[in-house]
Amino acid sequence: MANLSRADVEHVAHLARLGLGEAELARLEGQLNHILDQYTILTTLDTEHIPPTAQTIALANILRDDVVQPSLAVDDALANAPERSGDHFVVPAILGGDGGA
Amino acid sequence: MGERDEEDRPFETTQGRDGGAGGGALTDLTRLHVHEMARLLRTGEVSSRALAEAHLAAAGRQNHALNAWLVIDRKSALAQADAADRRLAESRRPGGSGVAALHPLCGVPVGLKDLVSVKGGQATAGSKILKGYVAPFDSTVTARLRQAGAVILGKTNMDEFAMGSSTEHSAYGPTANPWDLTRVPGGSSGGSAAAVAAFHVPVSIGTDTGGSIRQPASLCGIVGLKPTYGRVSRYGIVAFASSLDQIGPLARDARDAAILLHAVSGRDDRDATSAPVPVPDELLDLPASDDEAASYLKGRRLALPREYFVDGMEPGVAARVREAVAAMEAAGAIIEEVSLPHTDYGLATYYIIAPAEASSNLARYDGVVYGFADRSSGDYIADYLCTRGTGFGPEVKRRIMLGTYALSAGYYDAYYLKAQKVRTLIKADFDAVWAAGFDAICAPTSPTVAFPMGARVEDPVAMYLSDACTLPVNMAGLPGISIPAGLSDGLPVGLQLVGAPWRELGMLRLARAYEAITARATWRDLEPAELHLTDDPTTPSPLERQARRTQGAPATGSGDQP
Repeated sequence: MANLSRADVEHVAHLARLGLGEAELARLEGQLNHILDQYTILTTLDTEHIPPTAQTIALANILRDDVVQPSLAVDDALANAPERSGDHFVVPAILGGDGGA
Repeated sequence: MGERDEEDRPFETTQGRDGGAGGGALTDLTRLHVHEMARLLRTGEVSSRALAEAHLAAAGRQNHALNAWLVIDRKSALAQADAADRRLAESRRPGGSGVAALHPLCGVPVGLKDLVSVKGGQATAGSKILKGYVAPFDSTVTARLRQAGAVILGKTNMDEFAMGSSTEHSAYGPTANPWDLTRVPGGSSGGSAAAVAAFHVPVSIGTDTGGSIRQPASLCGIVGLKPTYGRVSRYGIVAFASSLDQIGPLARDARDAAILLHAVSGRDDRDATSAPVPVPDELLDLPASDDEAASYLKGRRLALPREYFVDGMEPGVAARVREAVAAMEAAGAIIEEVSLPHTDYGLATYYIIAPAEASSNLARYDGVVYGFADRSSGDYIADYLCTRGTGFGPEVKRRIMLGTYALSAGYYDAYYLKAQKVRTLIKADFDAVWAAGFDAICAPTSPTVAFPMGARVEDPVAMYLSDACTLPVNMAGLPGISIPAGLSDGLPVGLQLVGAPWRELGMLRLARAYEAITARATWRDLEPAELHLTDDPTTPSPLERQARRTQGAPATGSGDQP
């Protein structure tokens, strides 16, 4: 199948939002390629007309009435927040500081 | 432990070596099974508090050498025990509800894997990224255990986010196997398995995504059941791979596993994947008599899949499993060889699907609403990278990388979609066995007995092979149980029984029948061979053993701090 280059590993790490050091990247390059080698066995199977399975029990569209039910209190929901302001989570700014964007 | 005239002489259970836990003469409460405790609690011959004290003492004394527990909450446990004693007393009173109305778990000590939410307590999932997190609510499993009156002693060690087969991937140090303290207990529910094998609790809760209940049960010489996908609500359980994860019991016999399964099973509005399938009350009434239990085997059709007895399997494991099958045949079961032709594709399929689901599930650990957060950089992307790069351990990062890659643009069809199609074929293999009228499939649980700590931790593929016999069962969503089937080189071997969907009761009756026909086997009387060493405070902890082993060895990368 595929062979992951060092650049590929860095790209995937960025997609996954994992900050990895040099040693980790080097180790992962070898380990991931070794694991991907194990996947090649799947290419020997013809699955063109086989439907995919996402889950195994015959349940679909489990719905409930649209009514308010007891839920977490605000203080309980915020209790683990790294940063809190009043009844809100303080989140990192994702837009430019100049108010533009 | 077999039948020991338990109805007449409840306290004369097997003693630990060198006097056993606490040196407690004829009344070593830690050796009791749940079904024995339930009877004694109901008559008032023993109190829940006494049970809690005895088990807390054993766990507290031996955890240094085992590291099975991440938290032992003595204060909370005793309060729960006192509450259970009040419930028991209330029900015994004239005009009370009667003890028969109580669940047999009322007053019984249990352990929970540390990914089960207990309001006000930790739920680390074995990860640094959840260090300090305090669960704001009870999981449904926790709530049902409370309703039954079970006494939660604490939280057990596990591979980080349940990813692993040895408990060496815990951020809080490995757990030792009480049969040989230099070996792993299996994983990821290794703490739950070791705690039950070491008599710290009679039963515990684990989770199983690819074998994480059955494989440690096998390696620790106990019973472990993964129920049908959808049998137990996953609300309040830290997610790993949502189409595969299932919660289940670890126990020292089939009857106890059935009792715990009964308490936690059933439809829950808070988990849309929990199925509206009735939970049979017969789970509470597995036969006590060996003759009655053994008779269940007569005429049962058991399938022996030839693909599960191939290379990579230790001869001692294959021999014990074949002996177990022969014993069941002698007791009246009909054994036929079958083929599960896509077995060889299981490992690759699982190691695409499970990491893909994990990479999605674990995206929530971003340091914004809970968990470890590094906000030192001032840039949100850099903050994510630091938070996740520091908070996750090496195996979790490896799986997130695999899953992210398998789901990424250009590779989705080749990996994830392909794996989902092969999953269809794997499930169809099992469906054909049920369509042919078989009651169960018999196979080894693990290809090997417990392996030495450190043996596989640097070789992910070798570690992944530990679950080759269990992970197809998760992909098909089936119930599977591992039960002790003797020893190989002094270490436990597990027999795995797999059933059609929702047939947990049948699997447990088979397991109970196997226990009955082997009740007189000499290995049934053995306690874990190195358990007595854990009473010695000078016995090194698993972390100390690990440090000694790696002393002088080259560094294994910046992400490998234990």
